[in-house]
Amino acid sequence: MRAFLERRSLRRLLITLGVVATVELMTGPPGSNQAPTSGFSGSFGESASFFGLFRTQRWVTFFAVALVLWGLTNFWMANGARVRQRTNLVVSRPRELSQRGPVRWGFALVLLVVALLLPHIETAAFWESAMVTYIAIYILLAIGLNVVVGFAGLLDLGYVAFYAIGAYTTAWVTGALPTPALFHHPLNPFWAIPIAIVIVMIAGVILGAPTLRLRGDYLAIVTLGFGEIVTIFANNLYGITGGSLGTKPIPHPSIHLGPLKYVWGLTPVPYYYLTLAFVVLFLVVFSLLERSRIGRAWTAIREDEVAAESVGINPLKFKVMAFAIGAASAGFAGVVTASADTYIFPSSFTLQFSINILVLVILGGMGSIAGVVLGAIIIQTIQAYLTHSPPAGYQAQDLYIYLGALLITMMIFRPAGLLPSRRRKREIALSEVSHEGHLDEVLTGDDT
Amino acid sequence: MSDVIFDVRDVTLRFGGVVSLNDVTLHHLRGEILAVIGPNGAGKTSLFNSLTGVYQPQEGSITFVGRNEKSVSVIGRKAHRVASAGVARTFQASRMFSALTAFENVKIGAENHHGFGVVGAMLRGPRTRRDDRLSDERTVELLRFVGLTDRANTIAASLSYGERRRLEIARGLATNPQVLLLDEPAAGTNPSEKVELTNLIRRVRDEMGVTILLIEHDMKLVMSLAERLYVLNFGSVIAEGTPEEIRANPVVIEAYLGSSATQAGGS
Repeated sequence: MRAFLERRSLRRLLITLGVVATVELMTGPPGSNQAPTSGFSGSFGESASFFGLFRTQRWVTFFAVALVLWGLTNFWMANGARVRQRTNLVVSRPRELSQRGPVRWGFALVLLVVALLLPHIETAAFWESAMVTYIAIYILLAIGLNVVVGFAGLLDLGYVAFYAIGAYTTAWVTGALPTPALFHHPLNPFWAIPIAIVIVMIAGVILGAPTLRLRGDYLAIVTLGFGEIVTIFANNLYGITGGSLGTKPIPHPSIHLGPLKYVWGLTPVPYYYLTLAFVVLFLVVFSLLERSRIGRAWTAIREDEVAAESVGINPLKFKVMAFAIGAASAGFAGVVTASADTYIFPSSFTLQFSINILVLVILGGMGSIAGVVLGAIIIQTIQAYLTHSPPAGYQAQDLYIYLGALLITMMIFRPAGLLPSRRRKREIALSEVSHEGHLDEVLTGDDT
Repeated sequence: MSDVIFDVRDVTLRFGGVVSLNDVTLHHLRGEILAVIGPNGAGKTSLFNSLTGVYQPQEGSITFVGRNEKSVSVIGRKAHRVASAGVARTFQASRMFSALTAFENVKIGAENHHGFGVVGAMLRGPRTRRDDRLSDERTVELLRFVGLTDRANTIAASLSYGERRRLEIARGLATNPQVLLLDEPAAGTNPSEKVELTNLIRRVRDEMGVTILLIEHDMKLVMSLAERLYVLNFGSVIAEGTPEEIRANPVVIEAYLGSSATQAGGS
């Protein structure tokens, strides 16, 4: 009991109460012009269920939650080290196992089987389409941006541009734009896949070659500008893109290759499998790249560009390469979106979208493919769930409050992300100590 | 002069109104251990950066005679192209890829960074695999050469100063250079590490046949290692010669100790 009355413990109580009160206000009823304080009083005074047991005022429930949280933090502060030590044996083992080749492949295989069976397990119409539009597309985008941000260390705030270019290329190739189609012969969206990927990669080179000479913040600003330019072009070039009214309908993809015939229709499940195939393809390709000499050159540039140059690495070449390769998966995601949604509008390709993808990458763990995929799955599932069955009083833009809070919490407790890459984790640890000056304490030493 | 590896003629490097190198002319013979000394701010590191393409001098010419006797003009070339022509270097404040292991640091140097080979890298084709194995072998060999075999899996940031210096030398050698430029390799090392380093530098020249250009403050190390020296002061070459000649040169003594010292010595 004495532990609870210490100053540090009481300070934690105040912090917990503050956080809980903020959440209470955030989730409470909105105010109004007539009664400006009604939101405030309602947030605390409104009657609510006490975990389904009985009804009482909201503040009682939240106060109880705060007390429980405070108790838990006190317990953790007192006994955390011991608990962590004891669970370490259990917790650290999966990581060791995941280092071994066959185990990792086996694990990947199990995940793949689960992914293949998923449409048969969850058959609600909403979730079938959400698996494509909310999750698979975002995995593609996140792993692509991860190549740029995580591997090469280039902050790209205009990643949506490549997604938009992929989508508009699909519209162009299939003849859904006011401009005549490529070769004046509308193609099936299936053939738009290679064309869009190539065009998006070329766009990556065109954007990258002049801008990647810049470093850090400057690069971020220029990419931000590029993202905006593409959206504004799409919005204003009525004669080419159809402007803000969007495109004409884009047909569904189909294959007619000799005996092989398949038409993707309105049902989302075939799209799921198409996207899954490409997700697996990009995952394999990107993880092989990461482990190749190209991945190592990216790491070298990210860590020390001058030193990288001194061993003969051309930084510009490898950065442009990262841009183009990272753009490829966004290009494919654009094709799927365009053909699954039938219409595309410039208003879907906003700065907010680029930021959302960046959040997935940062939350999952920059530079870690598994982390980024996990981040995308978690965040996008939450988002889909909130859209599908919103809790009382939830509004679409509330999501960003929660995402922001989650991001801040992550930056404090797990700055390298959910499943950080080992290199990134070390880099962050190193940059932290280099400001504080006690290198030896944080460095773990051997890396075997 | 067919065995010259670096031919520097009338090089002037300015930063705005500040003249960092003033009409510097020097030559470096193949297979030689050459040292450049001088007080702080004399322009030694500027000279290094000009030789490696990091700085672009406004006047003069720098010719590097690389593999197969091919002359290359350094001025106007990017640093990475100078590096791939056969000029390796270390840095004054050692610049490692700190979050990578010693092995990875050297391997990055050993890898061929020319051509694209993206497809090969993606598909892990037989050529990629063979190249990978070759750079692994070269890395192991170089780590053994500099005596860091047992530190191969240690991350670079937790190596000692002396070890970092040696690792940097290994990374430079991994690029298969003609000449290795060492920018104050002994800075921050203890006496026993200094002896090791002196031996290592000599072995680099004798066993690997790599020409050495050295900037150093530690006079004992320079005098025991270098075969010929240039002395820079205020961006100009003020003396050139063997260690014995330099030690006896009144101009050098003046630059290092001030003019009254020479007067006192002379009278």
